[in-house]
Amino acid sequence: MRLAALETLDRRWLFLVVGILVFVPLLWPIGLPIVPSRPSEQFASAIESLPDGARVLMSCDYDPASRPELVPMTKTALRQLWRKHCPVVVTVLWPGGAGLVDQTIEEVANEFRARGVKLVDGTDYVNLGYKAGNEAVMVLMGQGIKSTFPEDQRRRDTSTLPVLHDVTNYSSFALLVNISAGYPGTKEWVQQVNSRFHLPMVSGCTAVSAPEYFPYLQSGQLRGLLGGMAGAAEYEKLEGENGPATRGMDAQSLAHLFIAACILLGNAVVRSARRGSGS
Amino acid sequence: MKREIPLVLTALIGAIMIVGFFVPHEWASVPADYLQQCAVIVVAFGYALGGANVFRVNLDAVFRKQRDWPYKIVLLVGMVVMLVFGLFVDRSRFQDPGTVSVWLYDHLYVPMNATMFALLAFYIASAAFRAFRIRSLEAGLLAAAALVVMVGRVPVGDVVVRAIVDHDGVPHAIRALRIGALQEWIMDVPQNAAKRAVLMGAAMGVMATGLRVILGIERAYLGGGD
Repeated sequence: MRLAALETLDRRWLFLVVGILVFVPLLWPIGLPIVPSRPSEQFASAIESLPDGARVLMSCDYDPASRPELVPMTKTALRQLWRKHCPVVVTVLWPGGAGLVDQTIEEVANEFRARGVKLVDGTDYVNLGYKAGNEAVMVLMGQGIKSTFPEDQRRRDTSTLPVLHDVTNYSSFALLVNISAGYPGTKEWVQQVNSRFHLPMVSGCTAVSAPEYFPYLQSGQLRGLLGGMAGAAEYEKLEGENGPATRGMDAQSLAHLFIAACILLGNAVVRSARRGSGS
Repeated sequence: MKREIPLVLTALIGAIMIVGFFVPHEWASVPADYLQQCAVIVVAFGYALGGANVFRVNLDAVFRKQRDWPYKIVLLVGMVVMLVFGLFVDRSRFQDPGTVSVWLYDHLYVPMNATMFALLAFYIASAAFRAFRIRSLEAGLLAAAALVVMVGRVPVGDVVVRAIVDHDGVPHAIRALRIGALQEWIMDVPQNAAKRAVLMGAAMGVMATGLRVILGIERAYLGGGD
């Protein structure tokens, strides 16, 4: 068959191949080797270098669309923080994400409880839930966390929660861990909080937005960066976990390879068709 | 007056916010903080207004039987169901596990939202085959960088490159090639330089536009032409 004949290839064949390349490795993992990149190592070491028990602010700014990329890194970050006994205060700036983030926190907390670690909601961690206002909320939190979030996700008065007992504003935190799917997210946290209130921060983001944050990483405004599922898988490897991101990397690897092949093949087909028509 | 009052308000508020950012004194920071609080309240009202607008526009489209009107019925039904359960059935418990609102969120919103995003993988493959045409040197460079980053970012990249080049007779320099390292260099150096230039340019543009708005030179946001 001539290459030019592929010019009229029904795109559903491409869909079928993508489907197979994604599903098969999810069912039967290949176990491709994962080599952590420097930004991922920086992310893990930024958390590791915190003193045990240091209070951390975590903003989970995503919704279920980014679940495969961002939930695994959220979970690994929570595990690393809780292994170091760090109290975690969570906020959400995406309206569709509050429920998902709450479930994610509880899943990890239940893992610890199942191992006999006593983690109490409101004492060791709190989910302050969603607040509308994007950058305005970030700046308001600089005036006062409890005044910005008078109630948490479970509508408890935040002024009565032990985890927020001596919390005033950003100065009460040692680190900001931002898990971001776009706007509002890492860029806004850097611009509104890191540069203004000098709160050190690390970011985990979707693969598509990672290139945008590399300048912040190079300038030191970000202490570490996890980009997409690959970043999450590298972080899992650094933390000695075999989580969903690691398992998903085989599927993503093959999909990437196929898309690269599609670019090359598509161009070869066009050239072949042009040569055939004599133009 | 219809245009003058908004212009004065914009200039005043813009000036207060700028001064509040640079001057830590309470005379400057307190009004700026108050305005930030107002902004959060205005945004919250914006959601109510936006919701009402979505309802009105789609209801109108259904009555007029405009294109794709059956889908708009699905949207309206979804909106009404979530509102009714959130406001009148679950009320203040709407975020608690076990409520109908949470069930709807878990079993409808989460999978549908994830599905929409997952479909991108299929369309990107189709677009890569049909639309990514290399017709010039610049497009060729873009494609080469895209291929290196795409393949180098995932574990399979180095495995494939090693399988191709790791043979006797291939020069050592090529055999030592790691596509992952090449990908990191592209992201760290050329990509970063270009991105930084874009960021700086955009920041300058935002500052210029902000100043034009505060000084009343830029009036397009008022609507109705200049």
